[in-house]
Amino acid sequence: MAEFLQQLINGLALGAIYALIALGYTMVYGVLRFINFAHGDVFMLGAFAGYYLAPLVNRCLPAQSYLGGAIVLVLAMLICAVLGMLIEFLAYRPLRNRPKLTVLITAIGVSLFIEYSCQHEAIFGAAPRKFPDLIPTTAWHFWGLVLSSNQVIVLATTLLLLGGLSYIVKRTRIGTAMRAVAFNEQAAALMGVNINSIISFTFALGSALAAAGGILFAMNYASIEPLMGVQTGLKAFIAAVFGGIGNLPGAALGGGILGVIETYAGGIPGLSNYRDGIAFAILILVLLFRPAGLLGKQQTEKV
Amino acid sequence: MTHSSTKRMLVIALMTVTLASLCTHWFNRYYVGVAIDIGINIILAVSLNLINGHTGQFSLGHAGFMAVGGYTTAKFALVMQPILPTWLQPVIFIAGLLLGGLMAAAAGLAVGVPSLRLRGDYLAIVTLGFGEIIRVIFQNTESLGAATGLTGIPAWTNFGWAWGGAAVTVFVVASLVNSTYGRGFIAVHDDEVAAGASGVNPVRYKVTAFVIGSFFAGIAGGLYAHHKSFLSPTGFDFMKSIDIVVMVILGGMGRTAGVIIAAVLVTVLPEFLRGMAEYRMIIYSLLIIGLMIARPQGLFSFGKLGRTKA
Repeated sequence: MAEFLQQLINGLALGAIYALIALGYTMVYGVLRFINFAHGDVFMLGAFAGYYLAPLVNRCLPAQSYLGGAIVLVLAMLICAVLGMLIEFLAYRPLRNRPKLTVLITAIGVSLFIEYSCQHEAIFGAAPRKFPDLIPTTAWHFWGLVLSSNQVIVLATTLLLLGGLSYIVKRTRIGTAMRAVAFNEQAAALMGVNINSIISFTFALGSALAAAGGILFAMNYASIEPLMGVQTGLKAFIAAVFGGIGNLPGAALGGGILGVIETYAGGIPGLSNYRDGIAFAILILVLLFRPAGLLGKQQTEKV
Repeated sequence: MTHSSTKRMLVIALMTVTLASLCTHWFNRYYVGVAIDIGINIILAVSLNLINGHTGQFSLGHAGFMAVGGYTTAKFALVMQPILPTWLQPVIFIAGLLLGGLMAAAAGLAVGVPSLRLRGDYLAIVTLGFGEIIRVIFQNTESLGAATGLTGIPAWTNFGWAWGGAAVTVFVVASLVNSTYGRGFIAVHDDEVAAGASGVNPVRYKVTAFVIGSFFAGIAGGLYAHHKSFLSPTGFDFMKSIDIVVMVILGGMGRTAGVIIAAVLVTVLPEFLRGMAEYRMIIYSLLIIGLMIARPQGLFSFGKLGRTKA
């Protein structure tokens, strides 16, 4: 039982990170109807932004303070928001009205570009690096369980960000405009919504969440490298499809469930080597039996 | 082009290849090696073109099918070679290639059947997922060398086999697509709903395309195994699939001649960029982005049949 609960805690901490990244995939899919393959790399850039910001922040604030950690997180989110908007502006906007496949391939190209230029010695280099401890870490032991402060921070930050996102999307003017664009782009444009700025904003929001995911991931797993976004990004995308792509609560739910399943599977001796394959197997099963995802709406194609 | 003239071209191509393969020992081994790579990549690109180009599906898992074929062929050769006499080698080789092709075709069937319900991006992700699952399985199978890979595969693939295989693949795909039956692939590509309404069964055509495409990918995998004498799961990752997709897109989806030229280019270009290895992939990715923005229909497609719909 203790083992079961322990894995549940570990799984939820991993799932929270998947959820943060999955939200970016799902929001972009909502407004543009394409898979932003480069999103996993924005997650990586977020982690690296934190890596370079931490020493700078520590100059003004005592090392390992909660305030310092929060500042690093917010600054990294801002940097990635700008990067996300830049990616959209340079690579995807010229292709706005092209076939989806063209945009998908461009996204793969952007992803490869980020990965390989970051592996170059002049930028980050290919070697893994140790992520600095942003905040003091402790671990609590109770009922035979171990709960690390990082896990609590991950879960708390994720919940906070999800609340903030939900507020932006549901209560603010720009969030309403986002939902309008996702619902019907042409009608929204006719009602005076500036499509371009809404799409930019969506990318900014998604990339900021990915950056937060990147920093939380780096805090928990300590090592970062330029290719860390590939597998994690794919799995977060699977989480988004799992929950129903285009659906925000679905992405959060899908992330949580995927994290938990993956952690449990990793704990079963024979299955642990196949961990990376499990997420894909789940994806295929979901698409076979419920193509619209857990919370997605089934749609029939109109001629 | 009538069918008999396509057949004549195949015969001419096979004869040329046979003659050329008799002369390969005059050339530098490095160049012959690159030429064999080109032949294998033509098979991969032309077979993926049947799925992605002619039928308009989007598969991102071609390397997975290649891996199935490669491992099957290699394992078959490694098991059979010590048992059977030396003069049976060509038989083992051909039987192994066919077996690899059939195993890959079976995998293609497994992917093709679920694909009936999905289209566009979803299909791309599912095929990507299948490719990754296949790779993870090979990575964890001890009898197939697991993560270290399979070594000591006899080097039987020569110029003649690779380019002969390429000629046969081009012939089969071209005559299939140009046949009465094959018009269905193009109908499914142009408009699935309309094709269904006109009595073309889209599901059947999609699965057929997947099975035939995977069969040839499997053959290519077998040739690759016997060319490099070494197989490792990392050689068949997502990047390999992207390479093949780039060949198809660069050549223009559904244009066999363009795809062949693109396969040659994509194979030869990295060899030229070897001196600047650290910038190679950066240039490559910028090339993909630039191509999609400037010429999404491919470098080698001019005029007529504006097949740009995805």
